[in-house]
Amino acid sequence: MADMIKDHILDRPNSYIGKTIPRPNAKRLLSGRGTFTDDVKLLRMTHVAFLRSTYAHAEIVSIDASAAKESNGVVAVVTGAEMAEVCSPWVGVLSHLEGLKSAPQHALAVKKASWQGEPVVAVVANTRAQAEDAIELVEIEWKELPVVTDMETALDADTPLIHPELGDNLAWRRELDVGDVDGAYANADHVIEETYISNRHTGVCLETRGILADYNPGEDQLTIYHSTQAPHMMQSLFAKHLDIEEHKIRVICKDVGGSYGIKVHSYPDEYATVALAYMLKRPVKFTADRLESFTSDIHARDHRIKTKIAVSNEGEIQAFEIDDLTGIGPYSVYPRTSGIEANQVVNLTGGQYLNPNYRAMATVVLQNKSPMCQYRAVGHPILTMITEGMVDDAARKIGMDPLEIRRKNLVPDDAYPYTAPSGLPFENLSHQASLEKLVKMMDYDGLRKDQAEAREQGIYRGIGLATFIEVTNPGPAFYGVGGAPISAQDGATMRLDAKGNVIVEIGVTEQGQGAEAVVAQCAATALGVTMDKIKVIAGDTDITPYGGGTWGSRAAGIGGEAAVQAGKALRQNIVEVAGIMLQSDPSTLDIRDNKIVDLADGKERIELSEVGRVCYYRPDTLPKDYQSELVVTRHYVPKQFPFAFTNGVQGCYLEVDTNTGFIDFKKFCVVEDCGTVINPQLVDEQVRGGVIQGLGGALLEECLYSPEGQLLNGTMADYLVPMAAEMPDIEVGHVESPTLDSELGAKGAGEAGTGGAPAVVMNAINDALNPLGGKVTVQPFTPERILQAIGKI
Amino acid sequence: MTTVIEQIQISATVNGEKVTRLIEPRLSLVDFLRNELELTGTHVGCEHGVCGACTVRVNGEIVRGCLMLAVQAGGTEIMTIEGESDGGEIADLQKAFHERNAAQCGFCTPGLIMTTTELLKTNPDPNRAEIREYLSGNYCRCTGYEAIVDAIETVATERKGG
Repeated sequence: MADMIKDHILDRPNSYIGKTIPRPNAKRLLSGRGTFTDDVKLLRMTHVAFLRSTYAHAEIVSIDASAAKESNGVVAVVTGAEMAEVCSPWVGVLSHLEGLKSAPQHALAVKKASWQGEPVVAVVANTRAQAEDAIELVEIEWKELPVVTDMETALDADTPLIHPELGDNLAWRRELDVGDVDGAYANADHVIEETYISNRHTGVCLETRGILADYNPGEDQLTIYHSTQAPHMMQSLFAKHLDIEEHKIRVICKDVGGSYGIKVHSYPDEYATVALAYMLKRPVKFTADRLESFTSDIHARDHRIKTKIAVSNEGEIQAFEIDDLTGIGPYSVYPRTSGIEANQVVNLTGGQYLNPNYRAMATVVLQNKSPMCQYRAVGHPILTMITEGMVDDAARKIGMDPLEIRRKNLVPDDAYPYTAPSGLPFENLSHQASLEKLVKMMDYDGLRKDQAEAREQGIYRGIGLATFIEVTNPGPAFYGVGGAPISAQDGATMRLDAKGNVIVEIGVTEQGQGAEAVVAQCAATALGVTMDKIKVIAGDTDITPYGGGTWGSRAAGIGGEAAVQAGKALRQNIVEVAGIMLQSDPSTLDIRDNKIVDLADGKERIELSEVGRVCYYRPDTLPKDYQSELVVTRHYVPKQFPFAFTNGVQGCYLEVDTNTGFIDFKKFCVVEDCGTVINPQLVDEQVRGGVIQGLGGALLEECLYSPEGQLLNGTMADYLVPMAAEMPDIEVGHVESPTLDSELGAKGAGEAGTGGAPAVVMNAINDALNPLGGKVTVQPFTPERILQAIGKI
Repeated sequence: MTTVIEQIQISATVNGEKVTRLIEPRLSLVDFLRNELELTGTHVGCEHGVCGACTVRVNGEIVRGCLMLAVQAGGTEIMTIEGESDGGEIADLQKAFHERNAAQCGFCTPGLIMTTTELLKTNPDPNRAEIREYLSGNYCRCTGYEAIVDAIETVATERKGG
């Protein structure tokens, strides 16, 4: 049956699109009735704790678990060799990142451990405390191996190899050379070189990683409660490595207490927990404690980038060149790999500027630190920092205002579709319009005046600007083409019940960003019902359509479009039945406010609940040759473009205390273009939360390591994250350039705030320090580094 | 070697209900509430008294459930987010947090609401800087705090009849 409804989702009467609707599912969280993974209890449940390597690199000579096995409450003690008989190893590579290599990685270390925190022995007991007691009794004889921690020397001939079978410590290298960079240097008035450093940090989800697995041998079913972003991906991976058929594994994802990319990867301890449940035929729960979160959650953004920009005296950018070095830990993380961050840096650096000459090299090396992988805004905080850092370097060199050099060089809004030097196509971006809107919002000229006046009084204030591009709504080009079991498409199943209520099952998942709310808004609008009639179900592989989950700012743009199409299809089915009941042509009917109405004038005909009643309870009153269908499923995947790129610009004004190195935000503005805005409040809060997370990395957060590969700050007392008192209020504005790849036109909004924040704060600090001859290039921009930059310490 | 830790009996009044349990002396108050009483609205975030996710009220004072042992709470009156919510005293805070989207993942939220009840008790008319300062022991990783500050400001204004 063809879908006949022709109306456009953005033209629907009584639309919820573009409206601020409080998230229906937030009330349970506000009353302490959420269900996070650690809140779930099952009968005969056991707890696993992991003995983790205390060395960054060491051979396991022998393990004596005999005393631990006798400890009170212990159910099982399992070593890496025993685990390997149940759970097969994996290699974190993707075929489209050509040449990327990594070594086989096990759920529990076999023969040697390669970072401090790698799980080595699993102890299962009746309580977590008993399991931890027993860990104390496990005797391991270690033989320390030389460690590789400094990425700068990881490839030196005399540096030991982490995985000798790979031949070197190089995981991947990508080179790109477009246009004529050397020619541009020869003709340029100035070529400015700099080195930028982004130090390693991590996501610090307030809810640590957690998983509870149960195996029922009677029905040969594994049921897994998991704090994850991608239930179907996890189902596929657990099935593959435990050699179980996928449909015998059910992954249930209830409330997730923060994820930000941290919970979109597969972790050794999580495979081990599932394997233990399978081995023991009873529930096994793992909830990471905070220290093991710091040493076993993925880290991110450890990059050293040498940059070069060529510019004319008139401010024309003539070339960008970058040499990015990043250390990813001992393994490329499975299945998304640890090459994507550097790949983004190569793909998108300088992409918002009109410049045909671009050379990039990314070198991804192995090291004995926690594995690194994708974290919110993957690569963008780094590439935006260097792009916008370079542009300010150029502006300072030629004495041009940072605003003017951007106006002059940003790709004009009427130049789209536009292909970046890296070959990536951009559908429709609005850098110029966004910049002009920001300039008005922050009163740029007024701030420049204030800055000048303050300086006369010895107060150092600075303005930062940072334009950015962000990857959202990824299609299969991101992971699927490389062989990862990650669905690029998502579905929505909508079901009208007998009382006129609607159940919507979706493949995208809720992580607190409001995915369920925006899907409900899309579904309600497309169908023609009020929000209170809609119930959304997500995060259950047995129930929802197969999908990719939440990552890459895809839930609203992809899940929302699937809901739009499902809602329209269900409306078509409903008006067909209603047409029979009312003896009217279905094409003259519509659904509005839970009623069947005449399309032309909105005149009420019957309640939607009446259609439900007749279809389910009295189908005998319908024609014998007619079967109603009040359940529909529709899917969506972007097809015209590999990604729906978004853009925006951040601006901030801050004061640097040149005696303490502390900074005080005076103003922070963001203009974001994420296409159609479905729920303005939720978008704004994604922007604000994203910016603050970016400011964490920019100002506070750093995983500090000793030369021996020991993490030095493994508690939240030592590793600082943004606190309420020091963070700014943020003004958010919008330009809307809908993607034409979908009817809804929504692009993603979850990550861009994080992507732009380090750049804007760096540029503002450097604008403030410029009269003192100071400049910071090493993130986080701590008070110590600021004082060093101006020679105070 | 096997060690069986001797258990101790404690009684307390939790959300108005008298409870008695045999527990290990090393059990923290937050683990007692979550695992023994199944009051899972109180969360464990940092285990170091830094993040505030485990904030509960003991004899009227807000405390960190991860820094207090359950045995220290014997004979006390304890209120958790479930009790505060069911009692209706925080309905205006919950409404304001909901309308302003001051909770995203919601993991920090019960602790934040418990802290806010104390803030508004001690300072019914806080300005934004005072709100931010008071919340500095409650980490939120999702919102960036502004929506939370807005929601609390709204409730403070409403409570003074504004």
